[in-house]
Amino acid sequence: MTLVLAAPLAAGRLGRFNPAAKLAAAAIVMVGLLVTADLVTAGIVLGAELAALPLARVRPGELARRAWPLPVAAAGVALANLVASSAPGTTTAAISIRLIAIALPGVLVFASTDAVDLADALVQQVRVPPRFAYGALAAFRLLPMLAAEWETIGRARRARGIDAGRSPLRAAALFGSRVYALLVAAIRTGTRLAAAMDARGFDSRSPRSCARRQVVRAHDWLLVAATAAVVAGANLTAVAVGAWHPLLL
Amino acid sequence: MARAIEAAGWGWRHSDRRRFALRHLDLTVEEGERVLLLGASGAGKSTLLKALAGVLRAPEAGDEEGDLLVGGHPAGDLPGYAGLVFQDPSSAIVMGRLGDDVAFGMENRAVPLERIWPRVLEVLELVGLRYPLDHRTDRLSGGEQQRLAIAGLLALSPRLWLLDEPTANLDPEGAAMVRETIAEVVGRSNAAMLLVEHRVTGLAELVDRVVVLEPAGGVLADGPPEEIFGRLGPRLRAEGVWVPGPRPARLAPPRAPGRAVVAAERLSVVDGVDLAAHEGQVLAVTGSNGSGKTTLALALASLLAPTSGEVRFLGGAGQPASGPAAPRSAATLRPGARPPCPAAPYPTWPARELVRHVGTVFQQPEQQFVTSSVAAELAVGPRRCGMPEPEVARRTAELLERLALTHLADANPFTLSGGEQRRLSVATALATDPELLVLDEPTFGQDARGWDELAALLAAQRDAGRAIVTVTHDGELVAALADREAKLEGGRIAAACAPGAPAEAAPVP
Amino acid sequence: MVTTEVRRRRHRALVRWRTVDIVVASVIAVTGGVVFWAWDQLWNTTQVAFAAFPPGQAVMYGIWLAPGLVGALVIRRPGAALYTELVASIVEALLGSSWGLSVVLYGLAQGLAPEIVFAAFAYRSWRLPVALLGGAAAGAAAAGLDLHYYYAAWQTGWKVSYVVIVAASAMLVAGLCGWYLVRALAKTGVLQPFASGRRSPSV
Repeated sequence: MTLVLAAPLAAGRLGRFNPAAKLAAAAIVMVGLLVTADLVTAGIVLGAELAALPLARVRPGELARRAWPLPVAAAGVALANLVASSAPGTTTAAISIRLIAIALPGVLVFASTDAVDLADALVQQVRVPPRFAYGALAAFRLLPMLAAEWETIGRARRARGIDAGRSPLRAAALFGSRVYALLVAAIRTGTRLAAAMDARGFDSRSPRSCARRQVVRAHDWLLVAATAAVVAGANLTAVAVGAWHPLLL
Repeated sequence: MARAIEAAGWGWRHSDRRRFALRHLDLTVEEGERVLLLGASGAGKSTLLKALAGVLRAPEAGDEEGDLLVGGHPAGDLPGYAGLVFQDPSSAIVMGRLGDDVAFGMENRAVPLERIWPRVLEVLELVGLRYPLDHRTDRLSGGEQQRLAIAGLLALSPRLWLLDEPTANLDPEGAAMVRETIAEVVGRSNAAMLLVEHRVTGLAELVDRVVVLEPAGGVLADGPPEEIFGRLGPRLRAEGVWVPGPRPARLAPPRAPGRAVVAAERLSVVDGVDLAAHEGQVLAVTGSNGSGKTTLALALASLLAPTSGEVRFLGGAGQPASGPAAPRSAATLRPGARPPCPAAPYPTWPARELVRHVGTVFQQPEQQFVTSSVAAELAVGPRRCGMPEPEVARRTAELLERLALTHLADANPFTLSGGEQRRLSVATALATDPELLVLDEPTFGQDARGWDELAALLAAQRDAGRAIVTVTHDGELVAALADREAKLEGGRIAAACAPGAPAEAAPVP
Repeated sequence: MVTTEVRRRRHRALVRWRTVDIVVASVIAVTGGVVFWAWDQLWNTTQVAFAAFPPGQAVMYGIWLAPGLVGALVIRRPGAALYTELVASIVEALLGSSWGLSVVLYGLAQGLAPEIVFAAFAYRSWRLPVALLGGAAAGAAAAGLDLHYYYAAWQTGWKVSYVVIVAASAMLVAGLCGWYLVRALAKTGVLQPFASGRRSPSV
């Protein structure tokens, strides 16, 4: 996972959907699948997702770059379950399939959504307080600078005669020292940024306008409705077949 | 018409201090006046500007005395009346895209959407930023970032411009760019201006009045520029202000340079010209942003492995001393002989070996602090070298004394002032008595007094036989101190010659 | 005697976040994102080892949970733990976390748990024991979610030990280290705008 700020799929078809609608769809999948651990529900939903991928014109390479740990994780979880649980094999398989089915839409949402658009949609559609959304967005902009600062701090420590050598204990101590220095730099910058934002009128209690409008279009409603239908349908099918299996804590 | 600024007996104390930053301040600035605000560091200039912009709010940020009116109303009450330009533009930019950042201020004032974008385009044109609206703000140079900040404020047509050392963090190109923009934008309007700057040359034409502040006090002097500089020039210079006048004198080395200490060969960043740093010589690496200066310096300091070519360290024990046997002055701390160099290639030396031979000073001192007290900082390098404790203690005490940091021995390094932090970072690099000293923009953000101290210190180290490489965009430092200059341009070396010589001159070996 | 008006004003002063509170909490969250990326680079443990090996997961949880704790200890306002941890999780998602929206759900739970702990102390105590408790709570919440998501079919013995391990690791890394980290930060003077940085007797 390299430190990349831009959303690689934002220019594609998925980028044209409203971020709030995409989030809602991903949330519906998450909630709708977490209520049961059975192969039918999980399988249907995952199947529907994979079938919809070509519709979304998602380049497999981009998706693979973000989602490749998922099958590995699914296998790992399956292994852990085989060792530690007494559940039947179908449940174990269902849990692993469900893992992928829940994660996949979320990966697509965040890969296709620019941070600024996300903030705008959260404020305009979800009614998140703008001071929090845009305060967080301003801090998010500092990511590349903080990553560069991390590197420089490491070099500065080498210049002082401090490096990790072979000892893992020393490596941990050096890591901690770098985190400390990074936080000092980050908080200082944050304080200055806050002063600059206040000087431009950010702290007023009166309402603010937005220079970028996020709209909800027909295809957004369609996305949410279709997702809800698929998830509900999968659950109902599982109930009908008798496989529905709520497995809570 | 209301006055732009009216301060009557105004004072401010920050919540974590015991003394007032400013007190008994009586000042009036009329609409359209252009005022230069001067005073020693700590005289409360930044505090005043922030208060005028409405950023400081009593009682939580501190205690206030007296009255401070902006445009006839208490400071901060009239939104958009004042526009504050900060010293560090990169931490004043809010959004990742150019257009969004300019629009930010207008959004805060609830300007309707249809009026925002036309105005954004208008002000970007006025400040001369001709990029598309979705250009990334972190790809702008320092000067361009400052112009962006000005554009964002200009969009709201402020009646009072507050500028807090707007060119302090910029290289000469960026500084010139910003001065031009300020003259354009402020000069064209009939807004008032209150400017704080250390380097006053270049902006003196813009101001018609100079006000000097007293630390923890009020106004010390107030009048036209010629009068104030004439009357108080020497005193101002002593307090760190760059008063217009003669440039600093050249500090020439007393003898010829000795042997080479580090050599770079066929590095891509210097395009094949072999470069070396010699004992008793200052090599200045210059060039505009992005020319590869820092990369070269880091490679010479073994902090970056070169992608092509080679950097070799030639100092250390066992090398024939071809230079003159220079009598060691009191500036040297070393009691014994040079330690041997590791056999490994230079970029892979273990850090504890590296620090015995090379000291590096980063542009931001805080990036190098690793302990919680000044004395402990000074002890880090020597201890890592494996020096015995009494030796470590001796060096620490000597450095504290020489760099006037004794009274700060127990202070946390992060709480020091800018000048003190710079002195400490140089001291820590010298603690292990390295043969090579590499510095990245050592005079960055320094006032005149700090500059003088630093130049003298570096000259003394050079005279004691150290090899010094400094990356700098400070023309005056090059003129005063550099014995050789490597001008980089677009990742290639344009010349390695005596400083100030034209780029076409043949390289001096 | 404290009048209602004074109490109301104190309450409002505690509750309303200033710009600097919002931005610095967000910056702490974003720094958490950088640190996690750096940690990843350091050990070359990509999300594979993290994902496929539950014991490895359990130990490394502390790093995930630290932003919320550090944010709460620095900002010292209601909602700080929740907000900081939530923003950190959104940053992770935007940076390409393979877990998509789940990472945000976890962030919500991981921030809510210590938030409840701090609320239980009326947001007045920020001492080490409270920080340790907050860390343990965050760990327990994360482990609880794991149990629901993946390990609901485990035998009880396994489940209990899992929660205990994660909570203990979180208590150490997020709670203990987080608390010391904030104390060291206060000494640098960088926390001057916050109550956590004031020279008054440290609470």
